[in-house]
Amino acid sequence: MSNMEKYTKAFCQAFEIDEETAKKLKFQDIPAWDSVGHMGLVAQLEEAFDIMLEPDDIVDLSSFEKGQEILAKYDITF
Amino acid sequence: MWTFSRFADRVAAVVEDGTEYTYATLEEKGQALAEVVGRRCLVFCLCSNSFGSLLGYTSFLNHHIVPLMLDEQLDRALLDSFLQIYKPDYLWLAENKAADFDGTVVYRDCGYALLKRKDESVFPLNDELALLITTSGSTGSPKFVRQSYKNLEANTKSIVEYLHLDGSERPITTLPMNYTYGLSVINTHLAVGATLILTDKTLMQREFWNLFNEQKASSFAGVPYTYEMLDKLMFFRRKLPYLKSMTQAGGKILPILHQKFAEYAKNEGKEFVVMYGQAEATARMGYLPAEIALDKCGCMGIAIPGGKFHLIDAEGKVITSPETVGELVYEGDNVTLGYAENGSDLAKGDERHGVLQTGDMAKFDQDGVYSIVGRKKRFLKIFGNRVNLDETERLIKTQYQDFDCVCSGKDDSMEIFITDETKIKEIQSFVANKTHLNFSAFHVHYLAEIPKNDAGKVLYTELSKLC
Repeated sequence: MSNMEKYTKAFCQAFEIDEETAKKLKFQDIPAWDSVGHMGLVAQLEEAFDIMLEPDDIVDLSSFEKGQEILAKYDITF
Repeated sequence: MWTFSRFADRVAAVVEDGTEYTYATLEEKGQALAEVVGRRCLVFCLCSNSFGSLLGYTSFLNHHIVPLMLDEQLDRALLDSFLQIYKPDYLWLAENKAADFDGTVVYRDCGYALLKRKDESVFPLNDELALLITTSGSTGSPKFVRQSYKNLEANTKSIVEYLHLDGSERPITTLPMNYTYGLSVINTHLAVGATLILTDKTLMQREFWNLFNEQKASSFAGVPYTYEMLDKLMFFRRKLPYLKSMTQAGGKILPILHQKFAEYAKNEGKEFVVMYGQAEATARMGYLPAEIALDKCGCMGIAIPGGKFHLIDAEGKVITSPETVGELVYEGDNVTLGYAENGSDLAKGDERHGVLQTGDMAKFDQDGVYSIVGRKKRFLKIFGNRVNLDETERLIKTQYQDFDCVCSGKDDSMEIFITDETKIKEIQSFVANKTHLNFSAFHVHYLAEIPKNDAGKVLYTELSKLC
């Protein structure tokens, strides 16, 4: 699976949404992505890429797009 | 309720963009709004952590207009059913939402609008009734707690006393205003001339922490899940020089987190205060004084000033020996009048006479410090919200009549068993939508048959083995 596929899958699983929805998503766009859902997303991403996100990165993870920038810091390229 | 003129020049609230509102402004704007309403009547307040929302709430309470507090994000069908049942005269809501409702906007201020409906004083209001607030999350039940002016004043006074609150406090909002614990933060701080930092941002957002620092927040409130999130955010590594205290209520915090936060507070010269309450007791009944937070880790604490606890056994006899489990009973002036389940209940007076059977099972130790050990009634606390299991079952069964369903589980995690394999996802989103809680708290399982005894009673202990 490519990094992009893994990344998208983490969103899909965390919020139970399809890929198309995932790719445009921002924090609080859907009820599932509230602060509780955010914890779930972080857990999915950490597991998928075997990383530990820094607190600053967790609070910056405000959209599907932004998340890719953040993961770049962990040497994950898309 | 409040005498804002005592603090006229002080800042009552500051919002996300840095705009400050003084107590004098709150007083003047509140007066103007109340004059438009013109008389004692029922108003639905669709709340957010904004100045408009605060203005409406404080104006109504200070002018003997009765607000019924609801989340502005509440499911529309549910809100419509509440409107049907309680027939309020007005809605106080975000200006941009007013067009979605029947009625005429008669006043606007600070992003909020007063919408006059066609109903006029349909149900008489008891003189003591101050406000109505939900208790059981929002599982579709139209049940509200009736709180009196005396209740609010007594609880406010007591909380101010035991938390030693004064005008220098700057609490940042972390809970909704329509939630009894969130509301108590507002009530108590406005009583001492403190400054509320109002935001709807969550602690999972950068903007929240920026505001926290810029506005020098001195305290925040959290339910158990809040502290789990803070732990994940490595809260202990943050430099928060202005933070003085953290409070916790809305369910029992994990002892390990209790310990972590109490230790952090002790080392950093801050306070961590575990508290206990219910909407039925206005907000608060017990607290664990910060100085014994570490020694009595996992405990709930002692009764608040002006209140009393005791335990009763199954026969209703008072328990006098330590370490004996019984139902927790609370007495105090903050014990609310009772419930309202329909419009005519708004005329009812005090039905509890200062005594509340909490439905929580507890024990006390040699030092008289109480711990909660379980619940008499079948409900869970999900992210701080009470969700009744029987009510959830009824909700599902009403909507879906072709299969059987039972609910059990533990706090923050409800297990729902259904006998139709194809409906697992659907039920999960149905319950999440109805309760307005994150879907991840609801786990739906398929069972060919619900285990029941010969009398047809559900065997919940069997269910707990399955998940």
